[in-house]
Amino acid sequence: MSKRITIDPITRLEGHGKIEIFLDDRGDVDKVYFQVPELRGFEIFSVGRPAEEMPRITPKICGVCPTTHHICSTKALDDLFKVEPPPAAKKLRELMYSAFMLEDHTLHFFFLGGPDFVVGPSAPPAERNILGVIAKVGLEIAGKVIKLRKECRDIITLFGGRVIHPVCGLPGGISKPLTEDDRQRIAEVAKGGIEFARFALQIFDDVVLKNKEYVALVTGDIYRHETYYMGMVDKNNKVNFYDGDIRIVTPEGKEFAKFKPREYLSHIAERVEPWTYVKFPYLRKVGWKGFSEGIESGVYRVAPLARLNVSDGMATPLAQAEYERMYETLGGKPVHNTLAFHWARLIEALYAAERMHELAQDREITDPHVRNIPTSTPQEGIGIVEAPRGTLIHHYKTDRHGIITEANLIVATVNNAAAICMSIEKAAKGLIRGGKVSDGLLNMVEMAFRAYDPCFACATHSLTGRTPLSVNIRDSGGSIIRTITRQ
Amino acid sequence: MAKPKVAFYWCASCGGCEEAVVDLAENILKVVEAVEFVLWPVAMDFKIKDVEALQDGEIAVSFINGGIRTGEQEHVAKLLRKKSGLVVAFGACAHLGGVPGLANFSNRDRIFDYVYHKSPSVDNPERIVPQEKTVVREGELTLPEFYNTVHTLDQVIDVDYYLPGCAPPPDLIMNAVEAILTGNLPEKGAVLSPDKSLCDTCKRKVTKPEKTVIREIKRVHEVMLDPEKCFLDQGIICVGPATRDGCGERCINANMPCRGCFGPTSRVDDQGAKFLSALASIIDADSEDAINKITDSIADPAGIFYFYSLPASMLKRRLDI
Ligand code: SF4
Ligand code: SF4
Repeated sequence: MSKRITIDPITRLEGHGKIEIFLDDRGDVDKVYFQVPELRGFEIFSVGRPAEEMPRITPKICGVCPTTHHICSTKALDDLFKVEPPPAAKKLRELMYSAFMLEDHTLHFFFLGGPDFVVGPSAPPAERNILGVIAKVGLEIAGKVIKLRKECRDIITLFGGRVIHPVCGLPGGISKPLTEDDRQRIAEVAKGGIEFARFALQIFDDVVLKNKEYVALVTGDIYRHETYYMGMVDKNNKVNFYDGDIRIVTPEGKEFAKFKPREYLSHIAERVEPWTYVKFPYLRKVGWKGFSEGIESGVYRVAPLARLNVSDGMATPLAQAEYERMYETLGGKPVHNTLAFHWARLIEALYAAERMHELAQDREITDPHVRNIPTSTPQEGIGIVEAPRGTLIHHYKTDRHGIITEANLIVATVNNAAAICMSIEKAAKGLIRGGKVSDGLLNMVEMAFRAYDPCFACATHSLTGRTPLSVNIRDSGGSIIRTITRQ
Repeated sequence: MAKPKVAFYWCASCGGCEEAVVDLAENILKVVEAVEFVLWPVAMDFKIKDVEALQDGEIAVSFINGGIRTGEQEHVAKLLRKKSGLVVAFGACAHLGGVPGLANFSNRDRIFDYVYHKSPSVDNPERIVPQEKTVVREGELTLPEFYNTVHTLDQVIDVDYYLPGCAPPPDLIMNAVEAILTGNLPEKGAVLSPDKSLCDTCKRKVTKPEKTVIREIKRVHEVMLDPEKCFLDQGIICVGPATRDGCGERCINANMPCRGCFGPTSRVDDQGAKFLSALASIIDADSEDAINKITDSIADPAGIFYFYSLPASMLKRRLDI
C-alpha cells in the first residue's frame, strides 16, 4: 500500500505552497513534489503602466523583500532609459540595499533557519522557534536582533519614505540626497551591524561547528548536491549584491559562463510542469534533464552559498577572512552542502555591514547631485540584483513613450525551485525508511528546504513568505493520520 | 475576565501587512498580553479546523489582509466572518483591491498565456499549463482554483472597519487595537484614519494651486523634483487631493508624489473620478481642445488614478474580460 506525506506550509485550506512526498510499497520514499499553489500575474498587469511607476508596482510582489524589487526595477529603468546615475546616487542605492541585506540575513539566522541548530534539529516543535532561541541565547540577544532590525529599517525609511514598499528609485538616480547628520547616524548603525554579524558567526561556531553531530549533518551526504551555481560578481570576481556581471560555475567549480544582465536569455530558460504554478529555471546551454544533479543537468542553485561558490572572495576584509575559514573547514570550493547556506548567509551579513560602513564613510555620498534626467527614447531594459534569496531579474519592454508593452520577471526563490525539490527528495530518501516517520526526522527533511530560506511571496509573486510549516502524513485514502507542525 | 479572541489572516497579499505588525516592535508585546490569538498563521500555529470549532461570534475581531483571488481565500474569509463579532479589512488590498487589483485590467487566460507560453525565458514546446488536477505515476496532485479577477474583502463578506494603507502605519494599527479593546468605536463602516485629505496636513500645501495654473503635465522621471513645492504645482500627478490623510505623508517625505494607498475620504465614492475633477479645476486652458490636450498628455490615467483602488472603483475591471 503506498502512502503519501504532505508537507504543507499551512495545511490545504490555508496553504500557500506544499511538498508532497510519496512512499512506495515498502514505505521508502518514491518521489517528491514541491508545489506552489498560486500566482498573481504581475507580468501582465504591468503592461500599459508607465515604466517609471514599475519601482512602485513591483515591490508589491513581496512585502518581505520590497527593497530588492524596488532597486532591481530602478536598475532596469536605468538600462531602459539609457541613463547612468551620478556616483552618489549609485552609492546611496547600494547603501540602502546593504542595510536591507544585513537586516534580512540576520533575521533569518536567528528567527527562521537558526532555530534548527540553536535549539536542535530534533527538539520538540514547540521549542523550535524564536521563543526557543530566546530561551537558549537569552533575551538580551533577541533584543539586539530587534534593535538592529529597527535601525536598518529606519535607514530604508529615510531613503524610501516607507520601509514596506519604498518609493525613492528613479531612472538615472534617486529622489533625494543624504544629509551629513544622517550619514553619521548610518555609519554608527553599520558599526553596530559589523559587531553583531561577528557575534552571530561566533554563535554559529559555538553551537554548530563545535558540535560533532551538527558537523556530521552539515557535511553529510543527505544534504548535498553537486549542481551548477549562479551569482553576481564585481570586476574582481568578488561577491556583489547591487551591481556586476553574472557568473556561473560548474559542479567542479570552473567558470562556465560570465555574462552581462542584458544576455540573461541566452543563459536561462524556464521549464513548465502541470502540477505547480511556479516555473523551473535551468541553464539553457546545458538543457533540462529533469530534477537531477551533476554536470549533465541544467539545474543550478542561487543565494548565499551559490554566491560564495561563484566568487573569488569577499570585497571586505573581515568577511574575506570568514570566507577563507569556511572553505578551509569544508574542504575547498565549491561547497555542495546545502546546510552551509546558513554559514554563507552569516558571512554575507558581515559583508553587508562592512560595505554599509565603507559607503557611509565615503564623503562623496552626501553630494547633492543624485539624479541625471534621461534623454533617450526607451525601448528595452534589464536589471539584475542579488536578493537575499538569490538572483533577481526584471526585464521590461516599452513603446517609445515609455509605456510597458512586456515584462518578464525571474524571481530569486524560483531559481532554486528545482534544487529545493531535489534537496527535499534526497533528505527524505535518506531519512525515511520502511514507512517510519518521526517528528524529528520530518524536521530534518524540512531543514533541507529551510536552508534556502524560500520565499513563497516571491515564488508565486503572491503570498507571504515566512509561513509556518505543517507536515501531514496521509494514508493512501488521503486522510490525515498525524500532523506535525513548526513555526 | 477572559481576554478577547483575535484572528489575523491573509488572503492574496504580499506579506507586507504581516511585516507591518512585526514593525510594532515593543508594542506587539502589549497587544499579545491584552488579547488571545486564535489564528495568526505567520507567527503562531493554529489551524483552520480550530477556528471551525469555535462558536459563531466567539472571536472578538478578525483582521484580514489581502484581496480575494482564489476559492480558498473566499472560503476562509466567510468562515472568519461567521465566527467574529468584528471584521477589519487590514491594508489597501483588503480595503480597495490594492496594486494587485490592477490585474483586473486583464484576466486569468491572458496571465496564463503570457506566463507559461509567451514569456521570453519560457521554453515550453509541449505547451504545458498548470492544471487544477494532475495525475502523476505516484498519484494525483491538486492546485487551487485561480479566479478571473481580484475582489475587495467587502465584495465577498460584510466588513465593519477598514485600516487603510499599503501597509497601514504602526500608529494607526495601535489606535485601532486600543479603540477595539476599549469599545470606543466609530460607526460601522468607518475607515480608521482621519477623514480629511492628505493635502490638508501636507507640508507642501502652501504652494498647492487653488485655481488654474497647470499648463503641462510631466512625469516623475522627466524633471528634477523640487523638494519643497507641491507636486501638482510642478505639473506632477500627485493623488493627494483625492486621498485620505493618516500616513504621515510617507511618499512625499521621500520627495515622491502620492499614489493614493489610503483610498478616498468618506465623502467620495470613487477616488479616480474625484482626482480627475480636482485636476480639471486647476488646469489652465481656454478651450476644450486645450484641456483635452493636457489631459491626453497624462500617461496611463486609469492606472495612476486607480493605482490602489481599481477593484473598489466604479470601473471595477475591464468590461470586455
Ligand atoms: S497635491 Fe500632493 S504635494 Fe500637493 S499638497 Fe497635496 S499631497 Fe501635498
Ligand atoms: S503618500 Fe499616498 S501613496 Fe504614499 S503612503 Fe501616503 S497615502 Fe499611501
